[in-house]
Amino acid sequence: MQMLKAILLALVLLAGACAAHAEESGYPNANTSIADQASLQRGAKLFFNYCVGCHSLKYLRYSRIADDLGLTEQQVMDKLNFTGAKFGEPVESAMKPEDAEKWFGKAPPDLSLEVRAKGADWVSAYLHSFYVDPSRPVGWNNTVFPNASMPFPLWELQGIQTAVMKPVKPGGEPEVEKLVISKPGSMSAEQYAQAVRDLTSFLQYASEPAALKRTAIGAWVLIYLALFTFAAFVLKKEYWKDVH
Amino acid sequence: MTEHVTIRPRNRLLAWIEERLPILSFTASHTTGYYAPKNFNVMYYFGSLALLVLVNQIVTGIFLTMFYTPTADGAFSSVEYIMRDVNWGWLIRYMHEVGASMFFVVVYLHMFRGLMYGSYKKPRELVWLLGMLIFLALMAEAFMGYVLPWGNMSFWGAKVIITLFSAVPVIGKDLVTWIMGDFIPSGATLNRFFALHVIALPLVLLLLVVLHLSALHEVGSNNPDGVEIKQKKGPDGHPLDGIPFHPYYTVKDLFGVGIFLILCAFIIFFEPTVGGWFLEHDNFIPANNLVTPAEIKPVWYFTPFYAILRVIPSKGLGVIALLCSIVVLFLVPWLDRGKVKSIRYRGTGYKVALAMFAIVFVLLGSIGAGKTTEWIPEIFGPNADLTFIENTFGRILTFLYFGYFLFLWAYTYFGWEKTKPVPERVTVVQH
Amino acid sequence: MANEVNHGRRRFLAGSTALIGGVGVVVTAIPFIESWLPSARAKSAAAPVTVDISKIEQGQMVRYGWRGLPVFIVNRTQEQLAGLPAQDSRLKDPKSENTDQQPKYCQNEYRSIKPEWLVVIGICTHLGCVPDYKGEVKPEPFDPNWKGGFYCPCHKSRYDMSARVYDGVPAPANLVVPPYHFVDDTHVQIGVDPNGASA
Repeated sequence: MQMLKAILLALVLLAGACAAHAEESGYPNANTSIADQASLQRGAKLFFNYCVGCHSLKYLRYSRIADDLGLTEQQVMDKLNFTGAKFGEPVESAMKPEDAEKWFGKAPPDLSLEVRAKGADWVSAYLHSFYVDPSRPVGWNNTVFPNASMPFPLWELQGIQTAVMKPVKPGGEPEVEKLVISKPGSMSAEQYAQAVRDLTSFLQYASEPAALKRTAIGAWVLIYLALFTFAAFVLKKEYWKDVH
Repeated sequence: MTEHVTIRPRNRLLAWIEERLPILSFTASHTTGYYAPKNFNVMYYFGSLALLVLVNQIVTGIFLTMFYTPTADGAFSSVEYIMRDVNWGWLIRYMHEVGASMFFVVVYLHMFRGLMYGSYKKPRELVWLLGMLIFLALMAEAFMGYVLPWGNMSFWGAKVIITLFSAVPVIGKDLVTWIMGDFIPSGATLNRFFALHVIALPLVLLLLVVLHLSALHEVGSNNPDGVEIKQKKGPDGHPLDGIPFHPYYTVKDLFGVGIFLILCAFIIFFEPTVGGWFLEHDNFIPANNLVTPAEIKPVWYFTPFYAILRVIPSKGLGVIALLCSIVVLFLVPWLDRGKVKSIRYRGTGYKVALAMFAIVFVLLGSIGAGKTTEWIPEIFGPNADLTFIENTFGRILTFLYFGYFLFLWAYTYFGWEKTKPVPERVTVVQH
Repeated sequence: MANEVNHGRRRFLAGSTALIGGVGVVVTAIPFIESWLPSARAKSAAAPVTVDISKIEQGQMVRYGWRGLPVFIVNRTQEQLAGLPAQDSRLKDPKSENTDQQPKYCQNEYRSIKPEWLVVIGICTHLGCVPDYKGEVKPEPFDPNWKGGFYCPCHKSRYDMSARVYDGVPAPANLVVPPYHFVDDTHVQIGVDPNGASA
């Protein structure tokens, strides 16, 4: 009876933990998977082709990428590393911080922990929501992160989006109703969605490379603990025969 | 209740030591010689679990200090260094982080057990007071540990909590500067918090735990029936309703440890941030003294007290209320004048009030965590005045929080409580 | 209390629970022990280094850092090389028979790949001090017959121009030759064998 209660209480606490996790981000599900190594590899390729020019991953080493994404040193150094960094060094961006401040007003943020800080859903939504806005210094704006001072290098894949504005109420601020593609890019909508999924998955991996190992070990730890708990349970039963 | 057991080892070396330092007799007296009531229920697991978590925090903490850099420039990246470059560093860090939150889970349940079964009542007032001091030291320990990763929530959490001291009359402002060693939380603050977190407070905690257990073993454990087992002794001199802690409760607690570790391992390996409750999203952004995170709130275990601070529309009164909400817990042994200990035999008023108190505490926590702003529009419609509703709701809850203690006193002082007869012996569910 | 206690069963159950728990504690200790091994950062800093030796003059020694250790590279003169065989009788290990102290391809009179180029880790095998380079072939206060070599200031251990330790000094073994190879005539990579295997 008591054992049941103990297990029940643990389950309640566990349910609490799960409920806390299931909180909604308010953005469409990014649908990422760090277990999908091919997706991570494609995402890495996108990152190093389009993002690393401005953004660093200063807590992630090239050697780690090779280990975790199933790539050889040769592949990483030839296909991903364009800055001449050594294999064991972390991913720095090609841009000097002082240039960045001159061009964008502030240095582009390091993306090592972007998904942990903002969530995968946010990153994915952000990458879907750039539109042309001539009033902005860089020529682009974003509905997820209004007035972001970032140009949109993925336009050649997604195409150029323009904003359809809501009718402005007197005295109201202009608001975006929806985004439409005015000039198609090299990818279809489905292809681009997959590309964003890959890139977000890679950034999610970069946020916590240990996650790959963590979940792999976790199941074994739980199996062991179940065994231990069972042994302790039988032992307890045996001794408590004495107690009436 | 501890009965003295004398061990005379046959081994000559052990006997030699035992004559000079009776460590085996001491251990035996506090395990096989400690008679605990045989009717402990599931609420009685949390004391030993708290001890387990304390050991976990000390061991993992010692290892974290080997890799952590306590400087404003180095702290954040040294945590990422632990998470990525140090072999198994991520595991050690998650064990420490999940351990911190689980510490509060078990301590809150342990304290609630005390309220349910009147474990604070004579002769256990000191056990309760020492326990409350542990809780206080734990809050300070957790707060300072939370500052160490030097993320943006660490920084702003430190700033807000330290600024509370500015409510102290006359010296408030100087006190804040003194605590920070600077005019904002800085490397100086980080260094002193590090020293307090890894050395000073753990020593205090260990000492208090020893005193808490010593006081408990002097008077003996309470139980779900609130019956004093030492009043009914058998011909052998042992309490009729008592069983030796070892082996009976050691094996039982071992089972509890198993269940508890399964829960902890599940969190550590599959959901170490618990959706931002144990590790907050904004704390993955480095400390920035120019940008405040969108939502400033403490970690979940502080939120009920934080809510009391927030809903009171005066800085001075808010801080006083916050202080009182903790101090009042110290006074419970003297506020409660009832003779009956266990909730099983207490008046209906007490049962309702304690249940209400638990609900109020959780709801205050939800306000402190900013969760109420999410469900207010669902109940009151999208145009509801968030601030007004939240504040009103929070003030009612604050009133109810303190109301519990006032009620407890009046209910027992004026003899309004109608208790049921307490049995002579403990009741045991046959299994 | 029940009389029919089965002590054998209790012992067995207690033993097996203790065994399972003990295994858990030991396995849990592994991550903590392994956390002391070099981190990814330390390993990255331990990567092979390639150095340019074209500027090192005859008889000159230059120090390089590899894994935080001082690596001595000496461009030995003909005079220094000529003095080597005569020292054999005064050395502890003239034939470099202690294979821990150099890779196989350096187990020769010169303890090197090319006779003139000496590459050794400048850590005295006694207690880890960094020896001084005393390259000149001339009588020294500590040895009237000095043919050039290394002299440790800490406890007066002496090594010849092939970094072989002299008899009668506290150091037990010759200086360590790290794995290295010549990338080309003017570049040496320290940390990688000629066959490409890295240390």
